[in-house]
Amino acid sequence: MFERTKISLVISVILFAVASWALGHFHVPDSAGKMVTIIEAYAYYYDILIGIGIAIILASSLNLVNGHTGQFSLGHAGFMGLGAYFASMVTLGVQLPLVPYPVFAGAPVWLAALKGIGWALALAVNSLLSLLNTWVGAAHELPHPVQFVAALFVGGLAAALAGLLVGVPSLRLKGDYLAIVTLGFNEIIRVVIQNAEPLGAQRGLGGMPLATNVFWTFSTAALTIYVVWNLVNSTYGRGFVAVRDDEIAAEAMGINTTKYKVLAFATAAFFAGLAGGLYAHFKQFVTPDGFGFMKSVDIVVMVILGGMGSTVGVCVAAALLTILPEMLRLLPQWIEKGGTAALHHLGWLPGNFVVKLPPRIVDLLQNRMILYSLLLIALMLLRPQGLFVGWGRKVVRK
Amino acid sequence: MSEQAIEFIQQLINGLSLGAIYALIALGYTMVFGVLRFINFAHGDVFMLGAFSGFYVGPRVLLFFGNKPGYGAAAVVLLVSMLICAVLGVIIEKLCYKPLRERPKITVLITAIGVSLFLESFGQYIFGANPQAFPTLIEDVAIDLPQSWGNFTALTVTTGQVIVLGTTLALMLILTVIVLKTKIGMAMRALAYNPTACALMGVNNNFVISFTFGLGSALAGAAGILTSIQQPSIDPLMGILPGLKAFVAAVLGGIGNLGGAVLGGIILGIVETLVVGYVSPTYRDAVAFAVLILILLLRPAGLLGKNVREKV
Repeated sequence: MFERTKISLVISVILFAVASWALGHFHVPDSAGKMVTIIEAYAYYYDILIGIGIAIILASSLNLVNGHTGQFSLGHAGFMGLGAYFASMVTLGVQLPLVPYPVFAGAPVWLAALKGIGWALALAVNSLLSLLNTWVGAAHELPHPVQFVAALFVGGLAAALAGLLVGVPSLRLKGDYLAIVTLGFNEIIRVVIQNAEPLGAQRGLGGMPLATNVFWTFSTAALTIYVVWNLVNSTYGRGFVAVRDDEIAAEAMGINTTKYKVLAFATAAFFAGLAGGLYAHFKQFVTPDGFGFMKSVDIVVMVILGGMGSTVGVCVAAALLTILPEMLRLLPQWIEKGGTAALHHLGWLPGNFVVKLPPRIVDLLQNRMILYSLLLIALMLLRPQGLFVGWGRKVVRK
Repeated sequence: MSEQAIEFIQQLINGLSLGAIYALIALGYTMVFGVLRFINFAHGDVFMLGAFSGFYVGPRVLLFFGNKPGYGAAAVVLLVSMLICAVLGVIIEKLCYKPLRERPKITVLITAIGVSLFLESFGQYIFGANPQAFPTLIEDVAIDLPQSWGNFTALTVTTGQVIVLGTTLALMLILTVIVLKTKIGMAMRALAYNPTACALMGVNNNFVISFTFGLGSALAGAAGILTSIQQPSIDPLMGILPGLKAFVAAVLGGIGNLGGAVLGGIILGIVETLVVGYVSPTYRDAVAFAVLILILLLRPAGLLGKNVREKV
């Protein structure tokens, strides 16, 4: 009844609640000497902190698919985007428009047949949309704090539903195919949102209330880790790991591999949806381009760097990679300052000369994507099990 | 012929020239898949590098030809870019994929994604992120159709389209000859059939794999030049979408099957143009992925592929 994991979950949630309250209610003097809350005084660091929490949710949920189940999903940002948009729709009270049905009048016979297929498709899509609209509408009616939780939940459910939709057909595929199908699905979600006028299309959607705080973000992160951890260490987990280690052998042992893959996929999508909702209610503005391929790559890099299948490693990597861009921004300054100091100390630099890096080098040092890509290649060549292995679970190499 | 029919034929022509580009890129995917059983994610970026080598080589070649665009200059630029891309392809294979040959597939896949990201981001650093104007190698103008064609004179066919189709056809012929009639082609087919037995017969597998990479990359480079002749605005991220769509084309035709890659490329090009023309241009990039999901659902081995059971 009270296992270690459950107790840690409860304790950490209480701690986050206390921390969140303290951040919002304790006052410290800011640079001008005025008393403001800690959040206002350290807005920059607060921003990074929430970013870390969201990254941990994304990375540890993707770890369930890419790490424990051994599938390769490249579309996690798509699910995050769905969650972000649906959660925003709940708090803003926006409803999805239904797809127009094709008009039959005056069409030639061969075209009518095609339009019949279109009509059936539109009916299927519309019934799904109406279902989602009912959820969104019902959640929007709720009072304020409950509404946010409901919004997150609807976002998560929509993402999980999409995870099921894409999972059932595509998880019969392996490796490379799955990677591209998930990537493609990510693109489809992005393109559809770009064309959805009520959701702001290309311009993005804004005006959501600022509801995300340390409590919601990190409690969700704790919940994600708890669920993933317990799933992996249960009967289901044996299934996931069996699928990862040898799919054919698992199938021969009577394991329904598709079922386990779809389950892992939908669960991961659900948490990615929650992360999206949190993100949308923190930044208060989302654009479809923010949930594209590059964002998916960010998450995948976190999982790979941390070591696929290692929960602790993935969380550490998520935190590190969220801080990294900020560090990179400062890196050239550090090199210049440190270099100047070191050279003066050695007496190699005359007078008051300073080390100054050329702007091209500064650009190179600050380029996050170049670093990520080199990191990926080097990691795969030299240490494919991830940086932090031995922390948590080890990936078995075939 | 009614106006609608003419418009439909116009869409088919546009789709065909787009599909030819996809087919060229897809051939590289499918050849590499044939010998190594993995998808070279960075292939689309080799296509981009082809366009950029044309961007740098083009003006110098044009200078040599008296600064006048023409077929001679275009042919030289095409060949030089293909050579550059072939060399780059071999380097990528030797540096990044060869050390991983015995490792799990997922490791190779992640490396390939890494290489692709590196080429894109480093390309942005070197070439600049903004689109650049590709030098005019051949004037891309509409061809005057003879009056005797009646209604068909309403069609617009550009020199660019004709060149794309002609060059693609020629390259495919050369490729067919290489694969079917030469010793190295026989080695490629043998390697695709059974690598171990192939090595036992005295074939240098490493050389054949490098050669295949070089050949595929050269085709991607050619596709880069041909695209740039029609759309003379190039940027370091231009390879992502054509690369992915060409992959879809390869899967559509049956991956590992050369004829399938061409068929898949042309079908995809036509479908994409039809959707742009008759449904909505904004759905242009979603079409390919919808096709991919459909084909994987209905016929995972592709149109021309054989269904192979995985053995333990």
